[in-house]
Order: sequence, then structure tokens, then C-alpha cells
Amino acid sequence: MLIKNSEVLRELRDRKHKEMALRLGEDFDPKDGGRMHILICGVAGCQSAGSLGIYEELNKRIEENGLQSEIKIISTGCMGLCAQGPLMVTYPDEIMYTHVEPSDVEEIWNSHVIGGKPVERLFATEPDGTKIAHALKDHSFYSKQLKIALKNCGLINPLDIEEYIGVDGYGALAKCLDDMDPEDVIDTMKDAVLRGRGGAGFPLGVKWESAAREMAPVKYICCNADEGDPGAFMDRSILEGDPHSILEAMAIAGYACGAKQGYIYVRAEYPVAVERLGVAIKQAHEYGLLGKNILGRPFDFDIDIRLGAGAFVCGEATALMASIEGKRGEPRPKPPRSTEKGLFDCPTVLNNVETFANVPQIIMKGTDWFKAIGTEKSNGTKVFALGGKIENTGLVEVPMGTTLREVVFDIGGGVPGHLNFKAAQTGGPSGGCITSEHLDTPMDFDSLTKLGTMMGSGGLIVMAEDSCMVDIAKFFLDFTVDESCGKCPPCRIGTKRMLDITKKITEGKGNMDDLDELEDLAQMIKTGALCGLGQSAPNPVVSTLKYFKDEYIAHVRDKKCPAGVCVSMLKYIIMAETCRRCGICAKNCPVGAITGDKDHPYVIDQDKCIKCGVCMSKCPFKSILKNA
Amino acid sequence: MSCEKCQKEQEMLQEIILKHKDTPGALIPILHEAQNIYGYLPPEVLHEIAKGLNMPEAEVYGVATFYSQFSLQKKGKYRINVCLGTACYVKGAQDILDKFKLRLMIDVGECTDDGLFSLEACRCIGACGLAPVVTINGDVYGRMNPDMVDEILDKYEALAASEQEGEAC
Repeated sequence: MLIKNSEVLRELRDRKHKEMALRLGEDFDPKDGGRMHILICGVAGCQSAGSLGIYEELNKRIEENGLQSEIKIISTGCMGLCAQGPLMVTYPDEIMYTHVEPSDVEEIWNSHVIGGKPVERLFATEPDGTKIAHALKDHSFYSKQLKIALKNCGLINPLDIEEYIGVDGYGALAKCLDDMDPEDVIDTMKDAVLRGRGGAGFPLGVKWESAAREMAPVKYICCNADEGDPGAFMDRSILEGDPHSILEAMAIAGYACGAKQGYIYVRAEYPVAVERLGVAIKQAHEYGLLGKNILGRPFDFDIDIRLGAGAFVCGEATALMASIEGKRGEPRPKPPRSTEKGLFDCPTVLNNVETFANVPQIIMKGTDWFKAIGTEKSNGTKVFALGGKIENTGLVEVPMGTTLREVVFDIGGGVPGHLNFKAAQTGGPSGGCITSEHLDTPMDFDSLTKLGTMMGSGGLIVMAEDSCMVDIAKFFLDFTVDESCGKCPPCRIGTKRMLDITKKITEGKGNMDDLDELEDLAQMIKTGALCGLGQSAPNPVVSTLKYFKDEYIAHVRDKKCPAGVCVSMLKYIIMAETCRRCGICAKNCPVGAITGDKDHPYVIDQDKCIKCGVCMSKCPFKSILKNA
Repeated sequence: MSCEKCQKEQEMLQEIILKHKDTPGALIPILHEAQNIYGYLPPEVLHEIAKGLNMPEAEVYGVATFYSQFSLQKKGKYRINVCLGTACYVKGAQDILDKFKLRLMIDVGECTDDGLFSLEACRCIGACGLAPVVTINGDVYGRMNPDMVDEILDKYEALAASEQEGEAC
């Protein structure tokens, strides 16, 4: 169906909106869209936990009973609470079911769908065990969230452009084309002060303006979907759950800056996102929302997908563009900026997925609405990917300025088990950690930079007492050494030297001078590296050295790893008093390091021991201790 | 039989080169699709691509070796990928990787002698909610622990054995 102008778009929107009204908390008529919508999360986490089977079971029952017009099932994008997946929500009563198995479908069908009585045992649980029926409103994980970028994720079918149109999709593009000059669009974005969500926090409006000012016949709009920061998956979720919002925002950018062609550079590691983007682009073409004379206006815009190929450095603007050009993804010195000379040497706007996802809504709802959310210098919301040692792993979107305590403890449910919170790592390999004393700092771009870390793309990894900070620093260095493109020596050689030193420290061979050398090297790389990734590569070390120097000193001076992680400093010891001399440990030791018999207590030969920990896990009397 | 297969692959490769030849930045999409045919990028294929795009072979090699997605080594029938992203690492992914290494007696980037398994470590597949995560030929195994490694490998070995039997019939 070709949408010729915004009038036709509006008609389609009104019709679809009526069908979806029961999902949006509005008054509805069952004649429009049935009496019940069942939404099942159909992406990564939930899918690998078996959500597809649930969909099929439900679909079977609907078909058997001929209820297609009454009950609809929709496979959606991420609903956020990945830890309790597979997730399923019924509308209009907004009951959320968690950990659903295909075998639960029978009970849900009979009791809830037919009988109208929700199945309580499958409700979402709070960390204290309470069952919550209307989790999307009442569960602590959701109650403090505010969704802008993730607004449609988990609410619409990402493979159906009409559902997106039904929730005002492409309305912002129509508004721009009908009522706004390109300058108005740029002024709106500048007024909203939408800062880049990819890490650097550069205002989007300023970027668009400088690209628009360039007098060039060909310009490009690029979307950075090369989400390389390990531990961050918000871009993936947006692409999988609401791909059209990105296409719409890129078209708006094209209109504002005078570009006709866009590229989405997406990781090859995200096959589902690639597939869904492909479907979305095809549909947008069919509906005339991409291509020539969009909505009957003299505006052409097209989008192509380019696959990344597993290089972290391609998240850097100039490296990303080199990669789209088919070259090695190596950064180049700036200036000139990409907005002057970017892709194929033409002026290019590059924004991150989450940043783009905010654009249509700012156009629709106005800048006053947007500016009222967040802190003074960081407007709007930020999506965080909660991971690591935290109860509710998943995606959360909160207003800027929400404190780390609220995110980790109120929304995230805190650290599981009896362990204490130690630190949260933000900004991935370019960021640093936030310790428990800074739990109450409001998180926005500037306050995180002040703490020596950064917002980054929003990965938030929680670490408990049993994480060794030297080991974490080593982990990130290992990553940067691996991913350094090798073009400039400070990054190529410097990070390698830093890794060698941290390795030495974790093996118990370090000395106090090493700590000074680490700091010197960090400073040199920061000032000498060519691109943002190199300059920020020492951050994890600088940050852990600042907040956890005592741990480094324990490794160096006392040859101990307080968290008991660094293997070469571990010692497994059999407690002679409690050992019952059963010999199970000796039987299971893979290297024969344990000797003893009924008359002689069992002992571990520390020279032979490879510290695999098998003995400790096999001892029925818990007589083997791990001693750092 | 094998010659027929070679020829078909060769034809597919030429088709891919022809399809992308004139688009700017064609090399990386071509490498992706060529790898889909062969499972990896053997030297002859790089040579063909360079010829088709009329560019120095060194440049093609330079690009192919820059990106970790492209492999110049043959991969196993089952490609094991252990995620070493931060969330997985904090939850013990290293132990899982070590267990795979121990059981298969290969290191990261290698393939078992029987060609059944190859082992890779990758940086985050974005399934952090399921950490630690392993994928085998695209199937996702979440919330792993070292004991599950044996179970999973047994499953694939049995699968391979039954497939072989089927072929013999």
C-alpha cells in the first residue's frame, strides 16, 4: 500500500490506532481489534529461553477455537526484564507472566484467556518473593522507569509497519515535511539539546546544523549500530523491537541536512537486528515512506544496511566510515570533522541508534516536554543495560539524573545472594567504575565524567565483593589490546605494555614501581593516541587505581588477591580438623596433587596443584578452603 | 561429486562479485557473502575477489585479516562461540572457555582434528541478560556453567554420529 500523502497516513494511523487501543490503555471496541491481545517477547533472551514454543502453542489454540478475530498474539521486541524471561503480557488487563514454559500455556488458556482468571503463580516476582500482577505498572523494576527510546519496544510488532504507524509512527516525518523548513527542524533539535547517547554526549542539533551548512551536492546520514561495548545491548533491542523509529529519524535527518542517502552500520553479531532492519526498509519502500517523493513531497531518501565485521574500533566515527567504504576500519586524525568531510569525502552526519530513537518523539511532543525530563545539562532519558551481579538483569530507561542507587537497588533489585555491592562499571572499555560511596550521585553526562568514568553507551555492569578489580582492569586491557587497530603506537604498544604489567601483578610478580609505571603509561596514551578509543583505553586502569589502590597493593606487596579471583595467588587447603579422610578429593584431583590415606591426613601439594577447585566442589564435608 | 560442488561454489562467488562490483565499498559485503558459501576465506577465494574487483590482492588480504568476523582458517562443523563480554566475564565465562579447551583439547581459533568443533571467543553478543552465554552455530545457550559443557558437547557428538549413520544408509 502506497501512502501518497500525510492525509492517507493519518487515516491509516487512526484505523490502526483503534485496533491497538486496548493495548494503549484507551477505550476500545472489541469490533476493532478483538477483546484480548497477548504479547510475547520474541527477541534474544526470551527467544533462546523458548518463547517461540509459547507462541506456537497459543496460536494453535486460537486457530482450533476459531478465535482469530477475538484474540491476537503479537511477537514483540524486548520487554526489559530479561532475567525473568520468557515474558508475556496480556492486554487490556496488563497481566505480565514470567518464566513461561510451553507447558504453562494450557493453564493460561483455560484459566485466563477463556475463564478470565489470571494465573497467579506465573506473575513477576519481586526480589523479596512477592508476586506482582500488573508488573509493567507496579513491579519495582518498571515503576521508576520512563520510556522514550524504548517506548514501542515490547508494545508493537516490529515486523509490521502498520503497527508502528498506529502509534503515531512516521507522524514526525510527515510533520517535518508538511509544516517545517529544514532550518526549523534543526532549531527544534538544537533547542531540545539532545546529546549523543553513543558515549561522547555531543549535541545532535549542533552536528546537524554544521552538516546542513556545508554546500555539497552529496551528503550522507549514518546510523552507528556497531554496538561494540561489551555489556551494552540497548541498540540491539531498539533495532529488534522498533526498527522503524530509526528509519524515520534518519529520514528526518536527511530532510534537515539535505542528504538523500543513509547507511546503517550494524554488527554482524546481531543477525536478528539485521534481518528486522531489512524487513523494515522493504516495508517502508512499499508504503512510500522511503524512496522518491516521500509523502508526495519533493524529498527523496533511501537507506542501505552495511554489516560490521567484528571490529570494536569501527564504533569510532572515522573508522566506521572507512569500513563502509570497504577499507580497514582505521581512524584518521580530525579535523576535518565528519560533518565537513566524512563518508566518501562528503559531509556526513553520524548518530547512534538510541539518539535517533529520541528524534521522532521530540518532533511530535515538542522541546518543552523533552527539556522537562532529566537534569539541567542532560535532557531526556538514558537506557542502561544492567548486567553482571544483579538480580534483575535487563534493559531499563530512566530520566537522566537518576542515582546509581535507584538503578542498582530499586530497579535492579540489588546484588543476588549475600554478597555486598562493590562497584558498577559504566562506559565499558572506555569508562571506569563507580564505588559504593558514590551510589547517590545523579547519573548524567557531566557528573559521571567528574567521577572519572563516563556515560558511554549505557552498559552498566555490577560487581560484588567477589570481583577482583585488578582482574577487571586486566580484562578490559586484554580487550583493548585485542581490538586496537594498530595504526598509532601509543595505543598499539602502550596498551600492550599496560596489559603486561597488570598480568604480572595478577600473577603475584609485581612490584610497587609497576603501579607508577601504569599511571605514567596511562597518561601517555591519553595524550598521545589518535582516536577517542585509544585515548580512553587506559580509563579502566586509572579508575580502579584511584578507587581500589589497596587491592593493587595487596596483589603487589602481600601477594594476595582479596577477592580470591587471581588463580596464581590462590591456595586450596585441606582443614585437617574437619577432614574425614574419605579420599574423594584425591580421587577427583586431575593432576594427582592430593596425597594421604586412612591413617594420614590428606594434603595438597601446592607445587603440583593447578587450582582448578575440583577438590573443593567434591568434598562432602566442606573441609577444603580457598585461601587467598 | 566434489568437483560439481566446487564449480557451483565458484559460480556463486562470481555472481556475488558481479552483484556488488559497482556499489561503493563492495569489498566487505562480498567477503561476508563469500564466507557464507565456503565457511571461511581460502587464499584462492581472496585471489578471485581481488581479480573481480580489480584491486591489489594485498588490499583484500589486509581487509580480510583486519576484521575478526573473517576467518582464513577452516571452521568446524559446529562453531562454538564463547562470549567473553563484560557481563559474561563477571559471571565466570573464562571458566566455561577453559572447560571447552580442556575437553576438546584445542585452543581458541583452532578446530578439532575430526573437523567437528571449532572454538572462538567473542566480545559480547548482546544477550547479557542470559550471561554467561555460548552460541553454537547460532543456537544460544544461556546461564551456562562448566558442567553444562559436557552435556552440550555430548549432544552434538551424538547428533554428528547419527547424521553420519544416516549418510551411510
